[in-house]
Amino acid sequence: MTLDKQNVIPQQPTWEHFSHAADIGVRGFGNTPARAFEQAACALTAVISDLDSVQARHVVEIHCENPDPELLLVDWLNALVYEMAVRHMLFSRFQVRIDDQRLEASAWGETLDLSRHHPAVEIKGATLTELKLAQDADGRWTAQCVVDV
Amino acid sequence: MDLSKLEQLAQDTWRIEPSGTMRVPGILYANADLVRAMDTKVYEQTVNVAALPGIVKASYAMPDAHWGYGFPIGGVAAFDPDQGGVVSAGGVGFDISCGVRTLVTGLTRSDIETRRERLADALFAAIPAGLGSTGAIRLRGGEMDAMLSGGAKWAVSQGYGRQEDLHYTEEGGCMDGALPEEVSDQAKRRQLDEMGTLGSGNHYLEVQEVTEIHDTAAAQAFGLCASDIVVSIHCGSRGLGHQIGTEFLRSMAMAAHQYDIALPDRELACAPIRSPLGESYLGAMRAGINCALANRQILTHLARRTFESVLPQADLQVLYDVSHNTCKEEEHSVDDKPMRLFVHRKGATRALGPGHPDLPTAYRETGQPVLVGGSMGTASYILTGMPESEQRAFSSACHGAGRAMSRRKATKQWHGRQVIDELAARGILIRSQSFRGVAEEAPGAYKDVDAVVDSAESAGLARKVARLVPVICVKG
Repeated sequence: MTLDKQNVIPQQPTWEHFSHAADIGVRGFGNTPARAFEQAACALTAVISDLDSVQARHVVEIHCENPDPELLLVDWLNALVYEMAVRHMLFSRFQVRIDDQRLEASAWGETLDLSRHHPAVEIKGATLTELKLAQDADGRWTAQCVVDV
Repeated sequence: MDLSKLEQLAQDTWRIEPSGTMRVPGILYANADLVRAMDTKVYEQTVNVAALPGIVKASYAMPDAHWGYGFPIGGVAAFDPDQGGVVSAGGVGFDISCGVRTLVTGLTRSDIETRRERLADALFAAIPAGLGSTGAIRLRGGEMDAMLSGGAKWAVSQGYGRQEDLHYTEEGGCMDGALPEEVSDQAKRRQLDEMGTLGSGNHYLEVQEVTEIHDTAAAQAFGLCASDIVVSIHCGSRGLGHQIGTEFLRSMAMAAHQYDIALPDRELACAPIRSPLGESYLGAMRAGINCALANRQILTHLARRTFESVLPQADLQVLYDVSHNTCKEEEHSVDDKPMRLFVHRKGATRALGPGHPDLPTAYRETGQPVLVGGSMGTASYILTGMPESEQRAFSSACHGAGRAMSRRKATKQWHGRQVIDELAARGILIRSQSFRGVAEEAPGAYKDVDAVVDSAESAGLARKVARLVPVICVKG
């Protein structure tokens, strides 16, 4: 069996954090808004814990709706903040489908385990600060906002 | 921030001349070094708030101001409902009624010296802190609404504390006008197991030593002497408040066009005070204030139980409890005319001057205790409201040191273990579930709290009474 070169090159993370005076920004990239939303969600978890430490054991379904695509991003991240808070879970894998104003998503994760996840901070909510959903000249989408911790 | 854009009115007072859509000037209270170090966003946000409908006198920034959400953190703005004034969810913040409660203990530094490690461990075991920690109390049936209506008064009626605690809590421990029915089921669900928890981020419970007395008479009234040990609790309304903030920020952002409010920035989302949305938010936000007051009351109870087991001679009495993320309806004098105004304090502490009728009798002559939290390695302060406070910024002062560095930068610069070891070598015991959380809150990530309070005093916002240094810090 020959190794497909594509498979051994580690995949570049397509999310990042950016600085805000008191808090932290989450930013996801993707070839569609839905992929960028998924990556922004990865960045959200990474504010709290090492993303790789969170196993995809259970799935939670999430729905939100907003006529404004940027506010839909805030709704999506806040839905995750809510699910994390009431279920005491962290999520590491996301599948987002966006149909017009509606977002349907699956989020996979597991129950918070202090000894493995070493959570740094709790997220209070996603804000409208530095909120942006935009496509660059290469067709790549960016989805970002600051989260309050 | 570029000083050339400001007119200097006094050593620690700067003015932004109204221009464009600004209805009132911007006023910054800080020394030149602090202003220079402030992000340009503080300038922009102070200017943006000055453009909101119904704003009265000025848009203010306190000496610890930094970049916030719509409003700067350290921002103060008052609105007149009769002139189309607004209420803003961002102007209160996600952590509704986050604040500080300080307790005197009747102990001095020498009393705790041999018990420090034991006390630190016992407090860390008793005080739920950090993400995922839960409280022992579960509110069932109508209990949630009773808590949201009753605040700390409810908590005391449930056995968490003493009647006299309420006397030394803002609003007598119970915010009037709370409407639990305006709080969503989601917000209530988020609170189910979070009563009596610290939360995380910059929240803490600290055992502190009084190291300096700056105003002997006021210190005496507050029950403080040099070497005394006090306990300070910094936290807010937990998940319930965060969810209220989240939901109303969204509703206000989506309804702005409906109320014909031109927002310079969408995150300034607000609604007229006299509108269904404005009234609904005020009712929910006041319920959030009660949740924070109840939360700090329960934590007081847990701290008392812990001290009883480790240092039974201690007697923990509330010095004061004051919030720094609120919007309150208050009477203020504007151009010698009394007005009912809705004062937003986002990361700013109320600082009522001597003689104010809302003060407990024991503080009537000194003014209101202003509790200013520093970072875990530096210092905190207790200030007092001054007669001038009212004219400066509707009786408001700073609330903390204010961050000087982002969390991201802090984690690159420090490791939590190293911070804990260095502080331990200086006699400060840190207890936390997260090394990264400690690194993000490293003392070096904050502004110089001494400079911040000196500016507050020099500007006439509040006067220094006592400086406190941490001995034990349970980090949220």
